[in-house]
Amino acid sequence: MSLTAPPKIKLKGRRNMALARSRSIASRIAQAVLLLLAVIIFNFVLIHLAPGDPATVIAGESGGTTPEQLESIREAYGLNDPIFVQLWHYLVQIAHFDLGYSFYFGQDVTSLIGERLYPTVLLAGTGMLAGLIIGTLLGVIAAIKPRGILSYFVTVIALVGFAAPVFWTSVLLLLALSITIPIFPIQGMNSIIVSPHAFPQIWDTTMHLILPATALALIYVALYSRTARTSMLEVLDSDYIRTAWAKGLGGRIVIFKHALRNAVLPVVTLLGLHVGALLSSVVLIEVVFNWPGLGSLLLESILRRDTPVILGILLASSVIVIVANLVTDVAYRIIDPRIAISGGPQ
Amino acid sequence: MTDIMSLPSTGQEQPEQPPQVAKRKRPTTAWTLFRRNRVALIGLSMLAAILLAITFGPMIYPNNPFEIVGIPMEAPGESEVLLGTDALGRDLFAELLYGGRATMLVGVVAAVLSTAIGIMLGGFAGYHRGWADSVAVRITEFFQVLPPLLLAMVLVTLFTPSLMTITIAIGVVSWPATMRITRAEFLRIRELDYVKNDRVAGASDFWIIMKTILPNALPPIVVMSTLVIGQAMLFEAGLSFLGLGDPNTMSWGLILGNNREQMLTAWWPVAFPGLAIFLAVLSVSLSGDGLNDALNPKGRER
Repeated sequence: MSLTAPPKIKLKGRRNMALARSRSIASRIAQAVLLLLAVIIFNFVLIHLAPGDPATVIAGESGGTTPEQLESIREAYGLNDPIFVQLWHYLVQIAHFDLGYSFYFGQDVTSLIGERLYPTVLLAGTGMLAGLIIGTLLGVIAAIKPRGILSYFVTVIALVGFAAPVFWTSVLLLLALSITIPIFPIQGMNSIIVSPHAFPQIWDTTMHLILPATALALIYVALYSRTARTSMLEVLDSDYIRTAWAKGLGGRIVIFKHALRNAVLPVVTLLGLHVGALLSSVVLIEVVFNWPGLGSLLLESILRRDTPVILGILLASSVIVIVANLVTDVAYRIIDPRIAISGGPQ
Repeated sequence: MTDIMSLPSTGQEQPEQPPQVAKRKRPTTAWTLFRRNRVALIGLSMLAAILLAITFGPMIYPNNPFEIVGIPMEAPGESEVLLGTDALGRDLFAELLYGGRATMLVGVVAAVLSTAIGIMLGGFAGYHRGWADSVAVRITEFFQVLPPLLLAMVLVTLFTPSLMTITIAIGVVSWPATMRITRAEFLRIRELDYVKNDRVAGASDFWIIMKTILPNALPPIVVMSTLVIGQAMLFEAGLSFLGLGDPNTMSWGLILGNNREQMLTAWWPVAFPGLAIFLAVLSVSLSGDGLNDALNPKGRER
């Protein structure tokens, strides 16, 4: 969704097309940078808006800070300076990837977040990818028979996926498949004792990953199967598909080569829009499964009111969303050249 | 165009039609369309049942949800109370009856708040277009970049957790979708002939927005707001599950939060409130779907 006016250039030939595309991509990147700046300023405002002394907010309330440390924070952050000077210092700090120091963890926030980033990305990526693939396939196959049993299944699963609290399905999965029938390990990302070789380690992590990723994938199977079904129904109704049938092409070729490509486009748009919601679900799933990612870290920090970590995670997650949006947007423009010209989806 | 002119009442009460072929043909109202939809009716009855239970249940059922009635974590079958006790020895069934009130209330109030923000910003953007639109859309994009639950968590932490801050936090994070829908509707409707009529007749911007565009833009917004109610309830549950809820107000989420640590040994204090939230959100969204079909018969999904 971009509001920049469509570039007014006459499109002649491939070079101009490529120019229009790279221009629109450049404007998207500029927008992303502005958004990032806005998030950073918002973070800064939050520190100062929160009730209480900003120094204690920065230190984290139960961080065990001494008055001397508070004084050094005031000194270091220039809390006695005018507000815009403070904002400038804050921006410079962020530009140096300095998100502050967690007194509770005794570590700087950037490296703390760096450590916890991989598990979150692993979980979110696996869950979303599985949801995307399974959901799209289900939706597409359901669309072939709009009144078939699979169509009803898609409708039901879409409702359940929307209405069921994700932490609840997680708990149920955990109770069913690792307590009652102990197939999967209970919680965490790795067993305590793992052999030092690579393969058993990967296997161990995979076994730990399956349940939380399933809980996450359920939401996206629900979402994407419905979207894919609707969009596929529309595509199957279009003239070029009728032409393909009329040419006597086989069912598989028509559906998977002609229709699927176009039916997938709305799903791709959704993908970028949903990263924020995805991270929200991941927080809850991580807490249920004791997954050592950003979500567990966030909850831990919130319960200790460790503000630098909390705001650092808010910033990091916004960066993830911005980057993901940018990637889907650019990918979309490359997949569908019409958008490069018209300026954006929708 | 006369058709569209008479639309603002959205089928609630249509003006008298000149007598036509059939004598006294009942006008097709949204309600007649809704009634035909069996799934939507099931959703609505489920919602009614839940509302009745949480409204009158606490008056009839003797136990107090905060009172300790037995040994902690008595299973549903073994205990004297219907659904067993939770990790604190409280009557789970009483907690469920009382807890629904706060959860529903948070859901509805947060949805009203978020819809109000969405309509104001979306209407403003869609009506004025130009730079106003750009600014409003940028603000919306900004809120879409912050993961909603994370933002709500941070807001609730920085400002003390009470039912009010939670409701406000949920309202503040969940309006972007409503804003986008309102904006799109306003952009579409403002170009229609009957709005141009108003403008030619010299109506003020305020009049056009409130009396001409908004009533016609309302159906999709109403449907969206039912979705937001469901989402807000899920948010409340999620926040409370994490232990960030209001500890002094019984809610379905609070039961979950209180029992989170014991969920692997005692399943019922987590499974039942989760089920209650699931059914409540399901019934709201089924009713919302029915409303969508009734208000927008042409756009019915196959």
